[in-house]
Amino acid sequence: MIPATARGHASAPQPPVKDVAVHDLEGRCRAAIDGGGRLQFAYAWFPEIGEARRDGGAAASGAAELRYVVHPARGLVPEIWRSRPGGQAMPSLAAVAPLISWYEREITDLCGLRFADQPQSGPLVLLPGATSFAPPLLPGTAEPLSYTPEPYSLPEVSGPAHRDVQLLPFGPIRADVLESAQFTFFYIGEAILHYHPELFFKHRGMEKRFEGVTPQLGVVLAERVSAVGGVAHALAYCHALEAAAQCEVPPRALWLRALLAELERLYNHLHYLGHLCHTTTLKVGEAEGKYLEERAKQLNTRATGSRFLRSLLCPGGLRREPRLEEIATSLNQLQGEFDTYARMLETSTTHLDRLITTGMLGKQLALDQGATGPVERASGVDRDPRRDQPYGIYRELPLRVAIREGCDAHARQQVRIAETTNSIELIHATLEGLPTGPIRAECRPPARSEGLGWAESPRGSVYYAVHLDAAGKLARVKIKSPSFSNWRVFPYTVHDTNMMDYAINEASFGLTIAGCAR
Amino acid sequence: MPLWTLYGLRQGKASTSWPKGDDGQSGLLGMPRFDPAKCQAGCNECAAACLPGAITMVEGAHHGPEVRLSVDYGRCVVCQMCVEVCPTGAFTASSDWAFGVRRREDLVWVRPGERPAGDGPAGAAADSGQREQVRSEIRRVFGRSLHIRHVDAGSCNGCESELQALNNPFYNLHRLGMFFTPSPRFADLLLVTGPVTYALRGPLEEAYRAMPEPRFVMAIGTCAVSGGTNGGGYACGHGLDGVLPVDIYVPGCPPNPAAIIHALLVLLRRMPQRVRQGQVTEERTA
Repeated sequence: MIPATARGHASAPQPPVKDVAVHDLEGRCRAAIDGGGRLQFAYAWFPEIGEARRDGGAAASGAAELRYVVHPARGLVPEIWRSRPGGQAMPSLAAVAPLISWYEREITDLCGLRFADQPQSGPLVLLPGATSFAPPLLPGTAEPLSYTPEPYSLPEVSGPAHRDVQLLPFGPIRADVLESAQFTFFYIGEAILHYHPELFFKHRGMEKRFEGVTPQLGVVLAERVSAVGGVAHALAYCHALEAAAQCEVPPRALWLRALLAELERLYNHLHYLGHLCHTTTLKVGEAEGKYLEERAKQLNTRATGSRFLRSLLCPGGLRREPRLEEIATSLNQLQGEFDTYARMLETSTTHLDRLITTGMLGKQLALDQGATGPVERASGVDRDPRRDQPYGIYRELPLRVAIREGCDAHARQQVRIAETTNSIELIHATLEGLPTGPIRAECRPPARSEGLGWAESPRGSVYYAVHLDAAGKLARVKIKSPSFSNWRVFPYTVHDTNMMDYAINEASFGLTIAGCAR
Repeated sequence: MPLWTLYGLRQGKASTSWPKGDDGQSGLLGMPRFDPAKCQAGCNECAAACLPGAITMVEGAHHGPEVRLSVDYGRCVVCQMCVEVCPTGAFTASSDWAFGVRRREDLVWVRPGERPAGDGPAGAAADSGQREQVRSEIRRVFGRSLHIRHVDAGSCNGCESELQALNNPFYNLHRLGMFFTPSPRFADLLLVTGPVTYALRGPLEEAYRAMPEPRFVMAIGTCAVSGGTNGGGYACGHGLDGVLPVDIYVPGCPPNPAAIIHALLVLLRRMPQRVRQGQVTEERTA
């Protein structure tokens, strides 16, 4: 088989940057959504501040530039809107596109820009009581935050039966080996009235860590934003720099990248199924899922030297060749066991009873609040960047996008099972179609260039927006992670449900805190 | 349900008997080995490519024409960049991964023969009487069992992924008498991951205060040992030093489950420490 990409190609067409006046933003946003489009994410950065500082340090406000990344409609290339507030408060787009609300609050926390009429004012990424002298993402600033813990605002409970409402704060250190986050439940008996997650205890300031790093070394950081999505993060990062450099990645590297990305999906989905069984107390199912995950991780190790498939990707291609010899044999074995396992899961009534109608997420809600990946596909949203904004060689692979209409935890399990099966097929296809040739091309993005890159991680879409400074180093890197998107959606499936289903519902979303908090 | 029981029985035993059997890490790239004899004068490729600053140039300490590098495996994130850029093979890829050590200094590379006083064989002999005493004390207190409270102080979830793997059927931590416990009140060991973010420092210290004496602390992963690539900045500290007293440091990004088990056994004096002065000195299996 001779792939059509045998000549290699620039990673993906770079979306056009369009200037949008501040007062036009809301209208443009409304038009995009009415036309079947969707705002993807927003961020701010300071394009001129570096030079201004060298000239004696100008004030930061007014120098900031806002970026909105928008998908006009399915099948069309994304657009980037650029807007300069010039010191005035920006209009909030949350009323038109609810998912943008968290991005606006993040911009306020980290870049110091204000949004007028933000429906949920108050800090998001920084905890209440954390203050900084200058906005943390202002280039050149390095002061640690000062922090005096303050209680965060919770809804007030009133009414005749308000004494019956119990409040359960859970975390930030939770039982079992879990990531740190705090969840507050308002409940009566079994019924949850309201749920409030506080997700940013783990905020590490990863976007700031990229500042001043060379493009080639930045990939080490990208792999460490969310370890279990390391390949997708590194891939989106590399795509962004390759777009900035307009460089061609050799075909063999493109094929191997798809192989690595699907190996990542495989071990993640196996973990997901094992963990879901843990919450439904299906003990053998849990053990088998986690054992298959371990086997997949050991396969990763033999193939790449890393259980998390790290240290291979780099802007321009791959750093070294993986060992491919035994992938196919190990995979065949795994596939046979997985098929039986999946069939067992789909016919175990005790397991399915806990999943069906648990954590309902309607299609419109999924769209409005920005659900991504298997979560949105289980709510009937037919979207996958591997097919819709294809990168690498996905056009040439037998990709089947799994869609379910069930909107519940069971649909989310079904999507993951279907994706696991497809990932194994995709890995086999890459092994068969793999062309020979070099695996790395030079990737040197010019000074002051910028690029946008994306990839579909096991949890949904990852975007990296990169801006380079005058010396060709990274000036600003914005990370849109899938868990940030899906955590935004998740609470809507918890209010008005019951305590016994909570853990199952959370597991069915397959979220990470590290990816969300960054 | 009976089907699952049958299914489980038919799968047979999946657990490794490590440290006596398969460690499951075949092919794993560990911390690169350092051979300064191969360094070129005036070369700083590795230090420039080391994002976490594990490799740094030592100024004003020239011994002849040789380059002097300081190599701190407590900062290494195993990214293999130094192996890739080194023009002369002074850094080579290796499978050296079990780096659990009691003293932070043991992660810093020291030229053989230049060991600090009290650290050589004589020091070790003076140490051994004390060691036997500690060993019997640990046996007496914990009766070969250990309860662990894990705290995530801002990790990338890599360390959690490997800690969760400890309870999968392959590593099956229970077989060694070790258990994760929900409450710090029942814990003997506080196992900490992440560089310690500003928001988690308070809860981490609270968890430590809630533990009964005697208590131990283990820093899991390069972030907890030194901050790694993710530490510092406006939101993070540089790991556990200066926050809590650490009994065992386990660098690695992340340390693999077998390495974590090794470190737990080192804590309980059931296995010897493998690494001193940044070099592997003991065999991997007991």
